[in-house]
Amino acid sequence: MSGPRAKKRYWNQPTMGWWERVYILEVVRGLCITGGVFLGNMWKWMTFRKGALTTYYPEERRADYSPNNRGRHVLTRRPNGGVQCVSCNMCATACPAYCIEILSAADFTDRAHPKAPERFEIDYSRCIFCGYCVEACPEDAIRMVEDVPDLPGFDRDRMWGKIDLLTQWHPQSDPRKRYPDAPGTGAGAQT
Amino acid sequence: MIADLVVHVLFMLYAISFMMGLATIFTWVERKLSAIMSDRIGANRCYLRVPFTNVKFVAWGLFHGIADGGKLLLKENFTPTTYDRLCYDLAPWLAAVPVLLVFAVIPFGGTLTPSGLIDASAFPWLSEQVSRFFGERSYVMQVAALDAGVLFVLAVSGVGILATMLAGWSSNNKFSLMGTARAASQMISYEVAMGLALLGVIVTYGTLDLHQMVEQQQRLLFGALPAWGIFLQPLAFLLFLTAAIAENKRIPFDLPECESELVAGYFTEYTGMKMGLFMLSEFIEIVVIAALLVTLFLGGYNLPYLTDAGFVFPDGSEWYLPHAAVVVLQVATFAAKTFIVGCFQIQVRWTLPRFRYDQLMAFGWKFLLPLAMINLVVTVCLRWALP
Repeated sequence: MSGPRAKKRYWNQPTMGWWERVYILEVVRGLCITGGVFLGNMWKWMTFRKGALTTYYPEERRADYSPNNRGRHVLTRRPNGGVQCVSCNMCATACPAYCIEILSAADFTDRAHPKAPERFEIDYSRCIFCGYCVEACPEDAIRMVEDVPDLPGFDRDRMWGKIDLLTQWHPQSDPRKRYPDAPGTGAGAQT
Repeated sequence: MIADLVVHVLFMLYAISFMMGLATIFTWVERKLSAIMSDRIGANRCYLRVPFTNVKFVAWGLFHGIADGGKLLLKENFTPTTYDRLCYDLAPWLAAVPVLLVFAVIPFGGTLTPSGLIDASAFPWLSEQVSRFFGERSYVMQVAALDAGVLFVLAVSGVGILATMLAGWSSNNKFSLMGTARAASQMISYEVAMGLALLGVIVTYGTLDLHQMVEQQQRLLFGALPAWGIFLQPLAFLLFLTAAIAENKRIPFDLPECESELVAGYFTEYTGMKMGLFMLSEFIEIVVIAALLVTLFLGGYNLPYLTDAGFVFPDGSEWYLPHAAVVVLQVATFAAKTFIVGCFQIQVRWTLPRFRYDQLMAFGWKFLLPLAMINLVVTVCLRWALP
């Protein structure tokens, strides 16, 4: 059969046997499959096991959650508790999502670091977690850790990482990385 | 007179709360059943919190229906710039009211005799008061005891087509109009097969009264098997189930509102609670279809071997129950059967893929209709041969 009205046959065209053609039998088979999965999962639930493949995300985390994930920013701190950031705005400049906002304050009693942020805020509703801010920082003041920010909320205003959320990492609790020397002091003057 | 009024108002309240409550529960069942069937958890975040405390009742996400209702009520009432005001506002009501009306003729329990409800030896004063108020009256547990119950069902469910047509036509949207065209042709086509399948049932029972149909299903076949419609008319059961799901416009027959082609079909331009009424009427229709299937084919409120006096087993043993226990058992049986059949409809909805439109029409006219006719002819011949 040929001509314009001939139906084209594809090389992977599915072929149906009489079983599929009747359709009602396949309907019954499909209902048996879905009902079987339902009863199996309900049996697991009744015997206090978990049938679902999905996880209760914020409370529960999958075992294969990547250890390389860096989902949360922290501002490192000096041993005296102050923020290491000098509010140079380089992270905010590097940020492709324009989600970092810094308001700087001056403290001239601290001769080495007279400039420090008064507010350092990250808009997590816009952050794309690219890590460019970490690369851009000349003072190692911002880092990203494995945690994820507690994002779900009813309000966009709650999706800002304020400075008290960001300063939860203290250098003295991380022995892997030596705390950098203060500018103008010799090696090991401050530890 | 006042006694009749009291009983009928109670029946009406029960019928409305039964339908509304079960429809709300079915929104939860739809979410949970589909989730468990596909290895997911399903909606589980909604909770009721005890005020001023941090005690939260999650109840496996049962309260999501309440959250949906609240959200829909608070939504903006958006209307298209050009639309037919009267028809646009009328359509959601036309969709919701007929499905509520169908339940009026469905018997949700056996015969209620109020004077027999209370044990006279245990509570003599209360029993005397009830007997004095109600006398010896007995009531069929049905909102409207119509002789032509089946005709009423068909007539009222036919009004639902008008709602979809009005909604699609008045909202001045191409998608709505296409959804309406599909809905109208589909519902009219499947109404034919549904009516013919019902004719077989009517011929079998020899009556149009739904309560008498259920009473006939109390009999036993071959001494042991209950004479339920599904055993007398198995083909009509399948045809009616298929046609009823098609009437309800749910998957696999949801072409009037298929999301992948027609945004939302005939109610694309509806927002807020007007859209909510369409959705609610869909879920109430699940309840109504389940109740109809139970009434016509699954023995209604009858448990096997349960009569108005108590259990009478085929081996001759008997277990008599007080009238109140029988009434409660019958009402609970009807509710449980309706729930199970509704869950089956939801399982069908989450199992089968959607038909193509020509397949839908071919299925209705070339498959269901001839089968319904054959069923009717065979039923009539058998009825004539075996009086």
